Amino acid sequence: MSDIQDYGSRLSDASSRKLGTFSYLPAMTDEEIRKQIQYIVDKGWNPAIEHVEPEHAGDTYWYMWKLPMFGETDVDRILAEIEACKKANPGHHVRLIGYDNYRQTQGTAMLVYRAEIPV
Amino acid sequence: MSKGYQAGVKEYRETYWEPHYTPKDSDILACFKITPQPGVPREEAAAAVAAESSTGTWTTVWTDLLTDLDYYKGRAYAIEDVPGDDESYYAFVAYPMGLFEEGSVVNVFTSLVGNVFGFKAVRALRLEDVRFPLWFVTTCDGPPHGIFVERDKLDKYGRPLLGCTLKPKLGLSAKNYGRACYEALRGGLDFTKDDENINSQPFMRWRDRFLYIQDAIDKAEAETGEKKGHYMNVTAPNVEEMYKRAEYAKELNARIIMSDYLTLGWAAHSSLSKWCRDNGILLHVHRAMHAVIDRHPKHGINFRVLTKLLRLLGGDHLHSGTVVGKLEGDRAATLGWIDQMRERYVKEDRERGIFFDQDWGQMPGLFPVASGGIHVWHMPALVSIFGDDACLQFGGGTLGHPWGNAAGAAANRVALEACVQARNEGRELEKEGKDILTNAAKHSPELKAAMETWKEIKFEFDTVDKLDVAHR
Repeated sequence: MSDIQDYGSRLSDASSRKLGTFSYLPAMTDEEIRKQIQYIVDKGWNPAIEHVEPEHAGDTYWYMWKLPMFGETDVDRILAEIEACKKANPGHHVRLIGYDNYRQTQGTAMLVYRAEIPV
Repeated sequence: MSKGYQAGVKEYRETYWEPHYTPKDSDILACFKITPQPGVPREEAAAAVAAESSTGTWTTVWTDLLTDLDYYKGRAYAIEDVPGDDESYYAFVAYPMGLFEEGSVVNVFTSLVGNVFGFKAVRALRLEDVRFPLWFVTTCDGPPHGIFVERDKLDKYGRPLLGCTLKPKLGLSAKNYGRACYEALRGGLDFTKDDENINSQPFMRWRDRFLYIQDAIDKAEAETGEKKGHYMNVTAPNVEEMYKRAEYAKELNARIIMSDYLTLGWAAHSSLSKWCRDNGILLHVHRAMHAVIDRHPKHGINFRVLTKLLRLLGGDHLHSGTVVGKLEGDRAATLGWIDQMRERYVKEDRERGIFFDQDWGQMPGLFPVASGGIHVWHMPALVSIFGDDACLQFGGGTLGHPWGNAAGAAANRVALEACVQARNEGRELEKEGKDILTNAAKHSPELKAAMETWKEIKFEFDTVDKLDVAHR
């Protein structure tokens, strides 16, 4: 039994809270985030940014940062908007969405900044 | 009396073989693979199939003359060789729209595969494909929600969904079963699943199961902050009981329930699907019994037809085969019927066993479910084959983890996300799979342990029902 490792997820431990796609991987580096943005652009999806207070992460609607960046294909400009959103909303989670208007859904959505979560 | 009534037996081909017929957009078209009795000419057997699956009977009757038989009859309009097979051939049959009740899959198949499969002139008969005209598609209810509504309801985007069938199949008490569910969900799965034959046996009555399962889901959701579900199987001995179970699942705020559409029966399943749309509950569909119907290459109904009819009957998930796991399924054929689940329009593609263009109009698509005999080492291939709009289910591949269900679930979730991340970065999953998983395992002891447990397992049986290709 000593070889068996316990699974450390706890109600009392805020780090057990997950936040969607990629939240089981280590936080992405800037270079890795850049590649995911490039993927959204290459798919022809419209990038959009949302943010929320960690205690409301389960809400359907997060705050929309400005408007979706329709037709934006410049990875640097998208990164700059993520930074601007983070700066204007300290302590908030920030996620990046790729809207697929042809299929009328989010092609992808991923957390790009994980804030401190109160238990 | 030359145009009058003449009693007796006519050759079918005089009436039902029309090689110059151009199918109408409104016709239902069918492709049969016919293996005739020795000595029966191709055209006669094809015409006989058309006749017996539409208006015909074995002899002329005077009441034929009271109707416009020329309109109502099915017509065999083409015959083609089966590649690599001298004995059988394809016959294409067109049926006029007036033969069928609107919105009734039950009615269409009672005609198409009703009496004709026992017909003496053919030794074996297989329904390979059916083209449903758009008018028929729009009269059917279709999936209660569809892929994109399900994603919105669950708040999960940009990756396949992850599930697991709880094991052992039979014999656990409700409380122990709920434990298996809780552990798998807290480890990172989106769904767990009742096995197809879990209904309401003495060892675990349905009400107890639903109650403990919902408790497990609620706690796993609170712990992970993610939305979760368990396919509560409401397959029951009769529809009153089925509805009772579904209503109770709703009372518990279950997000998804489940049906075995072939053993439950199509009419009952269709009613359940309508109920699911009315009540905002997702519907997972299992295909238990399908191999009885679809496995033999010369007799029965190809699974692509069973797929199409399920999309028409309604369901948000349908088991599709994995291509890579322990169960039957040729890769190209599987991709063919996955398209029929998800796409708006599927073009004829013989390489995938698709005989007709199929327009699904605005009918939503459903998630194919890859389940059976798969584990973390299959993940790169699965993500590559299925793409995002699929549900990947690891039963033994979750519960068989040496540290238990939660670790098994976490291993699968990490492997899945690592593969999706790598794919998005433009890497080739099936080539670089080992690197991708090995790298991800550096941050996940659960994945590392899973990779050590299952490294050696391989399934390399030849498929029985292969696509028809010349391979002599």
